[in-house]
Formats: sequence, structure tokens, C-alpha cells
Amino acid sequence: MILTESDLQAIWLTLRLAGIVTALLLLIGTPIAWWLARGKSWWKGPVGAVVALPLVLPPSVLGFYLLLAMGPDGPVGKFTEALGIGPLPFTFWGLVVASVFYSMPFMVQPLQTAFEAIGDRPLEVAATLRASPLDAFFTVAVPLALPGFLTASIMTFAHTVGEFGVVLMIGGNLPGTTRVASVQIYDYVEALKYAQAHSLAAVLLIFSFLVLLALHVWRPNPGKGR
Amino acid sequence: MTGIEARFRLDWPGFLLDVDLSLPLSGVSALYGASGSGKTTLLRCIAGLERAPAGRLFVNGEVWQDEGCWVPPHKRPLGYVFQEASLFPHLTVIDNLLYGMRRVHEAPRVSLRQAIELLGIGHLLGRKPDRLSGGERQRAAIARALAVSPRLLLMDEPLASLDEPRKLEIMPYLEALRDEARIPIVYVSHSVAEVARLSDTLVILEAGRVRACGPTVELMQRLDLVPAAGTGEAGALIEARVEAHDDAYGLTTLVSRGGTWRVPRLEAAAGKTVRMQIKARDVMIALERPGAMSALNVIEAVVAEIGPMDAPGVEIRLDAKGEALVARLTRYSAERLALRVGTPVFAVVKSVSFGRESLGATWRNIRAADAGAGRV
Repeated sequence: MILTESDLQAIWLTLRLAGIVTALLLLIGTPIAWWLARGKSWWKGPVGAVVALPLVLPPSVLGFYLLLAMGPDGPVGKFTEALGIGPLPFTFWGLVVASVFYSMPFMVQPLQTAFEAIGDRPLEVAATLRASPLDAFFTVAVPLALPGFLTASIMTFAHTVGEFGVVLMIGGNLPGTTRVASVQIYDYVEALKYAQAHSLAAVLLIFSFLVLLALHVWRPNPGKGR
Repeated sequence: MTGIEARFRLDWPGFLLDVDLSLPLSGVSALYGASGSGKTTLLRCIAGLERAPAGRLFVNGEVWQDEGCWVPPHKRPLGYVFQEASLFPHLTVIDNLLYGMRRVHEAPRVSLRQAIELLGIGHLLGRKPDRLSGGERQRAAIARALAVSPRLLLMDEPLASLDEPRKLEIMPYLEALRDEARIPIVYVSHSVAEVARLSDTLVILEAGRVRACGPTVELMQRLDLVPAAGTGEAGALIEARVEAHDDAYGLTTLVSRGGTWRVPRLEAAAGKTVRMQIKARDVMIALERPGAMSALNVIEAVVAEIGPMDAPGVEIRLDAKGEALVARLTRYSAERLALRVGTPVFAVVKSVSFGRESLGATWRNIRAADAGAGRV
């Protein structure tokens, strides 16, 4: 069971993609989750549904629309063209953008649940102790929701690692640029290289198992008083 | 304009709050009422945790809320104690205290040490809240509210979530707070005993409206306001002066407007004024001056008011030279004695409670000079 140079490249690419997507989603998903958990707007319903769409939508459908949007004639494509970046499809950053959408619910939903579990009271207490809402968010809400952040990050990372359909639609299969581990395995199987498919598949299997184990081990007592 | 001027109107489904209120910015003002009467909501409006549209709130001449003006809660110089101890679970006790203190930029008027000592939590500072008992948590929460040097301390039934022994554990700290910290307190409670013991001003809320507002001593005498029915826990508050101590018998003589009282010796200097609570169930009524009897405290009075006669128990307000006493009798007794407004009677007082500065920080129940018998 030996990993080839291109396997290692694919694994490294996968980890880089998942890491960047998780970091970006921490920044983007946190305010969305906060707003969904605490906002009172009528828009919560529709926005929550849009965020959850990738859970039910076939990845190829999501990938198809993203491809159109990011293509040279799509709104995003025109925008990136104007910026001088060029079209995003079939680039690493195109994958990142697509994965951010695809993995959004895995970041937002655990965070939303964690924020909802905190309730109003600790934030009211913080307000009566002179903390502004932003101050209270960082010093009370974030520490109390820390287990939620951990769960959300692990889920997002793992889910991005396992992505396949969207990658194929947006990224294609360019070695070193968009050929992530799951696509590499697909390639091996297509070419009937079962031994190599086995090695890489085993790596992903073990990784997934370890992630779920980690989630279980760290399944934290949320620091609540009795 | 010193004091609190508050006008709030909230119209929620099934709940109405409509108050227009002036409170002094000194001592303890109690917001008293049954659950659902709006007392907590009123307190939250004062804190800014609830926003009543078109409300007005002036505190010591400062505008906290008015048309086109809203001071958010974190900019109001107040302290708030919630009903259940709401310490931050991720911080130790000392970090909970420092959380608010670090965010206050004026010179502190209450030092951290004072707050810790006043609430007696010095030995708990390094612990996380889940390692504290209910009473300890609530004391830490009070100390935390105090450590922001509030100009107004709001307390929402701070004892309600505790059992009876824990209440008694915390009560002296509250009294010390009132007497030593010199911070005006607005205190929400549905307990007559707490209100009688702690407050100077009493606001009685009913279905979201102010039923009465005034000095606690005066309002406690009114049968129509404080429902003592059932328990007989309510009763008159009387202020009396310590006249003399009788060391031979271990008695103290007190003089109030209504008469002379003899009670087991008090640790209070002659000339000092003490506040006594006389529970309605501890007052008996006689038509003639009782002769041979162990109880020493017999006060001459006339019947001033007779409460509703529709229950087995009835409350009678007595007027003793302008001082009020409330007695709770069975309806049978009231009818047998043929009590009418104006009937001259003798009130026999079995037991008296003392509070406030009178006896240091503790409030003690004393069988009133029932020389030796223990019970009347």
C-alpha cells in the first residue's frame, strides 16, 4: 500500500482546500449563524433555507449553477474578469468559492444551534456589566459556544475533504490544481488501478473515522453550571 | 429632579404594563406583586433590557429613555441581579467580578475588596460557578453587580430561586448592602416578609398597573393592599425607640406611638430607633384588659377597619393612637366579639420581629416578653 507522488499531491491539495474553506467559513458563517440564531427578521426563514440547500441539492446541480455564474458570461465571471483575475472555473480558487457554498450548512447549523443554546440571559448579564454587544459576543458568546465552533470546524473540514461532484463540475481534474483525493480515486477506478485506489481510499477512510472519533472524544460538556 | 421618574407602557398579547412612577433614589424600593403583575418587566424596562416604545425614564435628572433618546443597557450606570444566579459559567468567581469592573471607566466607588467582603465570598474567588452552592452563586452574582459601582442596583427576586435556609443565609448580606453600601436599590419581590424586612418604599403592582406607592411602613398597614390572607405573614411595621434595658429580668423597654413594649433584651443602645414587624397572626384581640396573663404587651387600640368576612380568617386593622396594628382572627372570633369599626379593644402581641440597623445586620424573631412561657 504505497502512495505515489501524485497521490501525495492530491492529498496535500485536499487538505489545503479544506483548511482554507474552513477558515473562510468561520469568518462568513459565524455572523450568518449569529443572525439566524438571534435575529427577529422575517428573512430568517428564507435565508436559513438557502444556507441549507446544499444538504439536499445534488452536488452536480449546485456545481452547474456555480459554473454558469463563474463562467465568462456569468455575473461572478464578469466581475472577476473586470478585476483582472480571469474566470474562476478550473482554478483552485474556483474550487474554494464553490466549496464555501457547498459546505456552508456544515458550519452554520452547528454554530446556530450553539448560539441558540446560550440563550438571552448571558448576553443580558454582559450588558448590565457594561459590555457592548460586540464585546459580549467575543467575551461571552464565543467562549460559551466554543464546543459548537469545534464541531462546526471539524464537520466543515471533513465535508470539504469528501467533496466530489462539485469539484468535478467546477474544477475538472487538473493535477496539482484541482485534482483532489476523491477525484484521484475516481480516476484510479476508471483506469482499473484498484490497488492504488485502495491505498488512497484507505487513507480517506481512516481520516473520516478519526474525525468522527475526535468529535466524540471532544463532545464537550458545554461548560454549563449544573 | 432627584429620584427615578419612570413611565412605561407595554401592550403585549395577554400582558399589559402601564405605569407612571416616581421613586426616591435612596434606600430600598420594593416592587411587590403577584407573578404576572409586571414587576420584573418594569425592572427590565428600567435596566433597558426591555424597550417600551414611547417610554420615559429619568434617573437623577439624567435621561435614560425619552422620545428620540435611548441609552442602551451597557451604558447605564446600574447593577442588575437576576433571579437565578447568572454567573458566567466559563469564568471563575473572581473573573466574573472583574468582568464588569474592568469595563467601568469612572473612578470606582465600591472597591473590589468591599464587594468581596460585603458578600463574604473571599474564600470562593478561585472557583468556577458549578462548584458553588446556590446561595454562594447568588452572593457572587450580587458582588459582581456591586463591583461595577452602580449608581442604582436593580434586583429581580434574588432570593426566589433559593430554599428557605439559603434565603436566611443571604438576607443579612442584603441588609448589609442596604445599610453600608449606600446604593439605592430597586428590589422585585413577591414575598411580604422580604419586602417588610428590606424596603423603605413600596410599590404594589397589580395586573401591570401601580396599585399603590408609598412608604413601606404606611402601606403595610392597609388591609386592602397587602394580602396577608392564608398565611398571616403580613402585618404592621412599627418604629419604636429603645427606652431602657432591665438587666435584672433581661428585658428591653421600647416606646412607640401606640404604647410601651417590653421584649427580651435587644442589643441596641437606648435612644436608638428600631423597626419591628408584627405579624397579623401574632396579635390577639381582647375586649377587656386581660388580667392574669403571661404576655406583657397589651396595647390599647380601637378597631379601624375590618377586612372582608368571606373567608374563615379575617383581618382587623387596629388604630393605637395613630399607629396601626393588624390582627388576624378567625371569623368566628370576630363575630363572637362583635367587633365593629370604633370598638375599643386591647391588642395582645405574642411575637415581634426586629430588623434593620436595630440589631446589627440580623433580623430576629423574638417572642414578645411572654415572660418565660415560651408561647402564649
